[in-house]
Amino acid sequence: MTTKEAKPTWTGSVRDALVRALPPEHLLPDDQPSYVSSWIYVFGVLTVSALAIVILSGTLLALEGPAWWHTSKVGLFINSTHLWSVELFFLFMVVHLWGKFAMAAWRGGRAKTWVTGAVSFAVSVGAAFTGYLSQQNFDSQWIAVQAKDGLNSVGIGAYFNVMNFGQMFMWHIVLLPAVVGILVGLHILLVRHKGVVPPFEEDVRSGRG
Amino acid sequence: MAVVDQLSKEKSSPNSSDGSKRKWNPDRDVKPWSGGYFRYDLIKEFVTALAGVAILVVALAVLFSSPDKTPVTLQSWSRSDPVGFAQTAITELDGTSATAHYGPPYNTTPNAGQTLGPVSLARIAGARIPVNTAESFVIQPLETLSDQPSLATALKRFASATSSEQANWENSYESAVSKATWNSGALSVPQGSYGPVATMVSSLTNMARSGALDGALLRSHQFYDTNYTKPLLFLNDGSYMANVAGSEHLQGTQWGMMNETGSFPGQSWLWLYTMWYQIPPFSHSGNADALVWATMAILTLAFILVPFIPGVRSIPRRIKLYKLIWRDHYRS
Repeated sequence: MTTKEAKPTWTGSVRDALVRALPPEHLLPDDQPSYVSSWIYVFGVLTVSALAIVILSGTLLALEGPAWWHTSKVGLFINSTHLWSVELFFLFMVVHLWGKFAMAAWRGGRAKTWVTGAVSFAVSVGAAFTGYLSQQNFDSQWIAVQAKDGLNSVGIGAYFNVMNFGQMFMWHIVLLPAVVGILVGLHILLVRHKGVVPPFEEDVRSGRG
Repeated sequence: MAVVDQLSKEKSSPNSSDGSKRKWNPDRDVKPWSGGYFRYDLIKEFVTALAGVAILVVALAVLFSSPDKTPVTLQSWSRSDPVGFAQTAITELDGTSATAHYGPPYNTTPNAGQTLGPVSLARIAGARIPVNTAESFVIQPLETLSDQPSLATALKRFASATSSEQANWENSYESAVSKATWNSGALSVPQGSYGPVATMVSSLTNMARSGALDGALLRSHQFYDTNYTKPLLFLNDGSYMANVAGSEHLQGTQWGMMNETGSFPGQSWLWLYTMWYQIPPFSHSGNADALVWATMAILTLAFILVPFIPGVRSIPRRIKLYKLIWRDHYRS
């Protein structure tokens, strides 16, 4: 029997906390502050779009296995879309990052948004790196033997063996994409939670600019 | 895009004023936005961006495809350069190859492993991926060739010899093999006292040329194996692989790993990491890898923590690039 005095459930508490943090009008707003008027804002959504295509093309490659694209024209095309979506992903992300730096987008309690974005960038570098190691061609061979020295020099190579294809492949298709996905998801939720950072106030007051 | 002023207060971004009485800091704090809003369709923006990026990706894939240079193998190396292969093989047997005295994580060569000041993280991690080049790269693969009586005899003689005898044979052979030639499908080495070593290296070269060595180095307890550590280390000990990489502008001095075969952009985002290897003191240091990794670790941490670093977080306000980004706002 449920009464009004009953203790809140864990589920109810989590739901209430989520709704408080991200009410629907914050999660999916259909308006934006008037200062959100620059092409630089587009690079965030372009980065997410490129990531979506990276994941989609990677999923298609996974359907047929890692060696497929070496022997199939369709496979080669899908691999090419995977490569170029990664290149665009990084291009858009770097422009997005510099744009956010120029706006000092961490102001107003948005430091966590910056931190999750910066960590996403660092983890994405690792995800792409393991992708290059998983190509099963000369590039992956050479990158592996070159990269091992850096990793070995600080003890990481003893646990993260870039010449172990099986290990690198699993990092590339399971572990790192999961981390990138979680971080990017968290980053977007934080953006929606805090909103877009306003311009520097001093310039508004002084009328400069 | 109608401005919806009435929503202003309700939609104001949380300000810095987190309730504390900290002094206002323009690089950390903001006032709640009290200006106008305009209608904006985020879902439509995402769908449009997704379609645009998809078209761009397909166009790039059709126009430029992706590189797929055939990997090198011990077979392709030994067929292309059998003498070079034999010269490397003897260094694996006598323990003078780069892998043989690499140190951790492959072996415990004294004082091997780069250091950061007094600390060697490589030595702390230890030899977790043990590789004995004589055993793993030469003797064990040769032992799989069970139908060659002369090789079996040579292996038996080598195994029963003293360390001193083995070293004498190996040293003599290593000097002589530098003058070796490849004639009529066989390795031709000047006459000398090499004991069983000449037979062993010659057999290993033939084994590599047949392709059997590539498979033998992957041998494990399982039927399936996906660990290519041993064949890659062997390949990397010779000059063949490096020469192929050099012809594809992939050497460390050519900004190495961030490049890709052909004219593809590669991992251009690794430019900062790769740059350190090109400049002193990193370019001349025996601990270059550890120093570069330590430098990049510090820079990455600083990058992540920009919002909390006084001075660094003031750069945007000082360089005023934001005026370009928000020029419409400031103009109005």
